[in-house]
Amino acid sequence: MSDRGLAWLLLSPALLVLAALTAYPALWVLWLALQYRIPVFGISRWAGLEHFVFLAVDTRFWNAAWVTGVFTVASVGLEGALGLGIAVALRGQRGGRRTALALLLLAWALPSVVTAKMFEWLYHPAGGLVNFLLGGRAINWLGDPALALPSLILADVWRATPFVALLCYARLLTIPPDLYEAAEVDGAAGLQAFARITWPLVRPILLVTLLFRTLDAIRAFDIMFVLTGGGPAGSTESLTVYAYRALFQTLQIGFGSAIGVVVFALVMVVAALYLRLIGRPEGAA
Amino acid sequence: MRAGRPRDGLVLCALALYAAPFFWQALTSVRPDAELLPLTRLLPSHLTWAHYDVVFRQSLMPRALVNSLGIALLSTLLAVGLGALAAYALARLPVRGRGVILLAMIAATAFPQIATVSPLYLLMRALGLRDTWLALILANGSFALPLVIWLLAGFIREIPRALEEAAAVDGADRLAILRWVVLPLVAPGMASAALLAFLFSWNEFLFAYSFTATEASRTVPVALALFPGVFEVPWGDIAAASLLASLPPILIVVVFQRYLVRGLLAGALRE
Repeated sequence: MSDRGLAWLLLSPALLVLAALTAYPALWVLWLALQYRIPVFGISRWAGLEHFVFLAVDTRFWNAAWVTGVFTVASVGLEGALGLGIAVALRGQRGGRRTALALLLLAWALPSVVTAKMFEWLYHPAGGLVNFLLGGRAINWLGDPALALPSLILADVWRATPFVALLCYARLLTIPPDLYEAAEVDGAAGLQAFARITWPLVRPILLVTLLFRTLDAIRAFDIMFVLTGGGPAGSTESLTVYAYRALFQTLQIGFGSAIGVVVFALVMVVAALYLRLIGRPEGAA
Repeated sequence: MRAGRPRDGLVLCALALYAAPFFWQALTSVRPDAELLPLTRLLPSHLTWAHYDVVFRQSLMPRALVNSLGIALLSTLLAVGLGALAAYALARLPVRGRGVILLAMIAATAFPQIATVSPLYLLMRALGLRDTWLALILANGSFALPLVIWLLAGFIREIPRALEEAAAVDGADRLAILRWVVLPLVAPGMASAALLAFLFSWNEFLFAYSFTATEASRTVPVALALFPGVFEVPWGDIAAASLLASLPPILIVVVFQRYLVRGLLAGALRE
């Protein structure tokens, strides 16, 4: 068999699976978003762009878009700052690196449903560790509309910071120590060395990592759905939670798909930015 | 700058503090019910296995653990099996449109599950796969596949071509080279890709929550999210259940850390 034939033989199982279970659903959702589909009432008819026209004036949609925006900007920003700090602290580590990485990566590897349940208990007004450490207060972290979103963001920052820290740490390890020694000879140490050497070298990686995190933050669903369920009073209802509710709780398949398409579009814009940043893969037209 | 051991210890302590939410959940899982609500003391007066007892005897967790393990292993097998073949073709054989395929793989890793969950739900229903393992194996396996292909194609490209050419000179055909030269060399890379695929499936919630209906296929995250409380929320039992749900991730960060780190770095930093 020719190499060309063999190539297609090896590729075709994966491409068939991806065509059926990834590409086809991705196109189908665009079609569904243009329909009224409410199976329980036997409704199935063409809607055109009506769902999107409705979304444009839907206050619940704009609230969800706001929540997704605040959640994304705040959690990605905090993760960047905290992750870079941890990476710099880890860089000087001589002994116990494996233990250090295990402690760090644990938060990232846990199922986000576990993280949500953990923080729900930490934030509990009477039984939570947070209020206990604050001297026995009874703050209702997840029940107060002003506190719920920041509390949710904190849980996500805890979960995702290790990813940022790991990638920055890996980059820092590749910086030759002589650079710092030379800088010290020139009288630059501490913050100055950070500004002159560390920051310019780590910045590209940090940017790529934060774009990754932005993708994940826009797509995030589990943590808000389980921790706050979008409440109280919609103060943590993201676009993904709104889409889920429309799809599976009010069973409006068409309308829910339209919100899903909006998330899809947002994510693809960020993904395009990412591709521009890393350059195209080898051989791409 | 070269601080010695005290500094190392300090960083370790700080990281242990970072992981404190998890340790607190572990402590909650062995704290007696009477000392949970309200919380009046940091350390419990004594430890108890009662919460684990409840989880094992009276909850759906044991069944969910079996479901999760089976589904995660089989979807990993699907993704790595198909992914390795495709990756070899993309890395080493002449493929028309290779660039487009690789671009599509990156784009597919960014797909939001919330956008594909409705069509996949309709598809699974039409195929009669609702509430089965197969639905989740197909959904999770195909979701992890683009990342696996992308990772493995990169790892295979790192293998020196000279080794394959030497085997070809000795008369080995392409499939023999793939089996006897490439596969052994790319095995650590496959371990990395497999760990990430496994972890994705083990942690996955949205598909599992939407496609399952009974304990026949409910996975650990779903069982945990739906953990029943009769009169009040059983925080101790939930803590015990979440510790069980955390066992594979703990194993991965402690024992297989090297492969996990390599996979994460390669997935993000490949040029």
